[in-house]
Amino acid sequence: MKTNKIFISGDEAVAQGVKLSRPHVVAAYPITPQTITVERLSEMVEAGEMDAEYMHVESEHSAISATMGASAVGARTFTASSSQGLLYMAEGLHYCSGGRWPVVMMNANRSVALPWSIYGDQRDSLSLLDSGWIQVYVEDAQEALDMIIQAYKIAEHKDVLTPMMVNLDGFILTHTYELVEIPDQEMVDQFLPPFETPNKMSFENPKNLGFSSRPDDNTEFKYQQNEAMFNAIDVIRKTDEDFTEMFGRKYHGMVEEYMCEDADVVLVALGSVCGTVRVVVDKLRAEGKKVGLLKIRYMRPFPVEEVKDLAKRVKAMGVIDKDISFGYEGTVYTNVNSAISQIDKYVYKSNFIGGLGGRDITKAEIEDMYNKLYAGLENKSEETVEFFSLNVEGND
Amino acid sequence: MTKVLDIPKVNAKNMTEKEFFYGHKACAGCGGSIAVRLALKVLGERTYSALPAGCMSAVGFIYPQMAFNSNAIITTFPGSASMAAGIAAGAKALGQKDFKTVVFAGDGGTADIGFQALSGMIDRNDDVLYICYDNEAYMNTGIQKSGLTPYGTKTTTTPAGKNIPGTITHKKNLFEIIAAHDIAYAATASIGYPQDFINKVNKAKHVKGATFIHVYASCPTGWGTPTETSVEIAKDAVDAGLIFLAEYEDGEYKLNRNPKEFKSVEEYLKKQGRFKHMSDADIQCVIENRDKKWERMRKNWL
Amino acid sequence: MSRPKHTEYKIPQHINDYPTGPQYEAGFLPEKNAGWRTFKPVVNHDECIYCLRCYLLCPDGTIMKDNGKIKIDMDYCKGCGVCAHECPKDAIEMVKE
Repeated sequence: MKTNKIFISGDEAVAQGVKLSRPHVVAAYPITPQTITVERLSEMVEAGEMDAEYMHVESEHSAISATMGASAVGARTFTASSSQGLLYMAEGLHYCSGGRWPVVMMNANRSVALPWSIYGDQRDSLSLLDSGWIQVYVEDAQEALDMIIQAYKIAEHKDVLTPMMVNLDGFILTHTYELVEIPDQEMVDQFLPPFETPNKMSFENPKNLGFSSRPDDNTEFKYQQNEAMFNAIDVIRKTDEDFTEMFGRKYHGMVEEYMCEDADVVLVALGSVCGTVRVVVDKLRAEGKKVGLLKIRYMRPFPVEEVKDLAKRVKAMGVIDKDISFGYEGTVYTNVNSAISQIDKYVYKSNFIGGLGGRDITKAEIEDMYNKLYAGLENKSEETVEFFSLNVEGND
Repeated sequence: MTKVLDIPKVNAKNMTEKEFFYGHKACAGCGGSIAVRLALKVLGERTYSALPAGCMSAVGFIYPQMAFNSNAIITTFPGSASMAAGIAAGAKALGQKDFKTVVFAGDGGTADIGFQALSGMIDRNDDVLYICYDNEAYMNTGIQKSGLTPYGTKTTTTPAGKNIPGTITHKKNLFEIIAAHDIAYAATASIGYPQDFINKVNKAKHVKGATFIHVYASCPTGWGTPTETSVEIAKDAVDAGLIFLAEYEDGEYKLNRNPKEFKSVEEYLKKQGRFKHMSDADIQCVIENRDKKWERMRKNWL
Repeated sequence: MSRPKHTEYKIPQHINDYPTGPQYEAGFLPEKNAGWRTFKPVVNHDECIYCLRCYLLCPDGTIMKDNGKIKIDMDYCKGCGVCAHECPKDAIEMVKE
């Protein structure tokens, strides 16, 4: 297999993945830090490298509306957004998943106003877990490119037909340069068949789409949607295996366990911070501590089985949340807790809130998290929800 | 720009006998449904219809009763123009030819919540015919004031009482705003002049790019008029000069009807429950506004 | 067929009887609108000059051409009276049902 590695940013890697997936329509509104992706895509169209209709939509709401319109006639589509834009199209996200149109979107995880911040955290997409989209969180630019291609295959599967969001940490991933392997177009064409769906308007078989339902019927449509999300679990696993077989790179499915086989204490995290955690795990392992990392890749559908399985084997789990559901806890923590509550075993848990508005999560802070988990386990402490990197004294 | 003479005329005798909007749940005598039904008969089978929330979508698609006999979709409320643009782009990318994408949106979905998307659609010159059926209020949600509700109207959010005479703003100049985008073709019409409306839809059908028709469509329920007078009242509005029939094409405005004399505004208003409360001063305000507008149109558009 | 006809709708028994997502056959009519009427249109074919104004203006499209005469689909006529009101020859009368 010939290799073709180029030195590009996460945003650019996404654009490369989109080009390889051969979308028919691209409609996206620029927003920092996703702008490079939409700019590169326009360059590809101009150069004749990508044969897609590029729509200069005038807002994110129009971006999602336009992509849904195109998907509704059977076209493969792509859009991209971040924070304010993602939330502006929030009604469209529910509309799209309910409409069962397999749109693929790249979301650059960025803090949501107020206060304004262009820097990364995961509050935008985590606040939209209920919108019915499949959500994956990538760790580096290579995974970003690869997941765009996988996203089309998963979303367009006849048992799924659900839109999918590929999340990249803003600036940390979107703007950092890495060596990325660009897959061969022919191989991608083999991996990704053309988009077929019964759920479209056509002149051969005219349909009425996007209709209203009465109380007698609405529940059944929602049940179907839920089932489709659960169907996605098998499709995700199979697609991941098929991808490894064709392209060589392995992503391990819904989650990736790093050094968890005999771990006592693990941290759970999403996205780019996993890279930093791996380094800390290696350091602590060298010191003889049995620690590990659970990288959650998919937040929806949620990897309940994988989380339960790990919880049965470990003594303590800390969850890093680059978000906060005000007045309660981090959203990843809530989801993990719900899974752990299904097993009949005590696990010491703690929620570490940080990385908000672009604040770095340092190796020292991560090491500190492991130490706190060990201490909490030993002292049988209460589980805590902690803003671990507050720069000032708090009130409690 | 296709010459008018080259387009074969469509009328009741030669139009398709097929019905594309049938079995819907609109009120008896609904003016909006006349507009949608006639437009679809002109546009034919190879049409994608996009409708935002509003009367026509609410009555046309209640599972399992599907009243659109050709391709149709309900769009996001603010995004009918963008969803239609996406449909046109997707169909084009798939290599489809000889079809039309049309939007049927109400005055609310066009001049208020849907305005931004419509402006973007015209800016991009997306190949979509956007038809706004104007019944002068948010009828579907219960007759609330919209940007196209005329002065003095009693609506459920502009009640007419001792202190305020109903709506105190005038209709937005929607046609002029759309024309100011330098759109390829825009027109105003009324179901009270059905052949004129049909001609305009037919013309827009043959124009590539963004086109717009603003059709006055009466609402017996919201206006407080008897169901059988829906077409008559829409004609009266034009004859009284409160609604004008015009076109914008090739960069120029054209007034289609320039009556020497207008029929009585007071008679037109008093026929309708929504205007019954109006005082002589209110009616005078309406007449003055009409006269001002016609003076401007006659000066610039003839 | 120029207009959709009233058709039977089988109530779903299994989740798979539902379409995948909100999409369905265009022109599918399990319900009639005849029940809305209080008055129904009665056509006097001797007075009718077949100008087709009623055919053009019916909000529900229920008036059809039938071998040189107009015919009304009573499954979907709502009895609004626009046809009777607009007829230039007063050839249609609205009669209480």
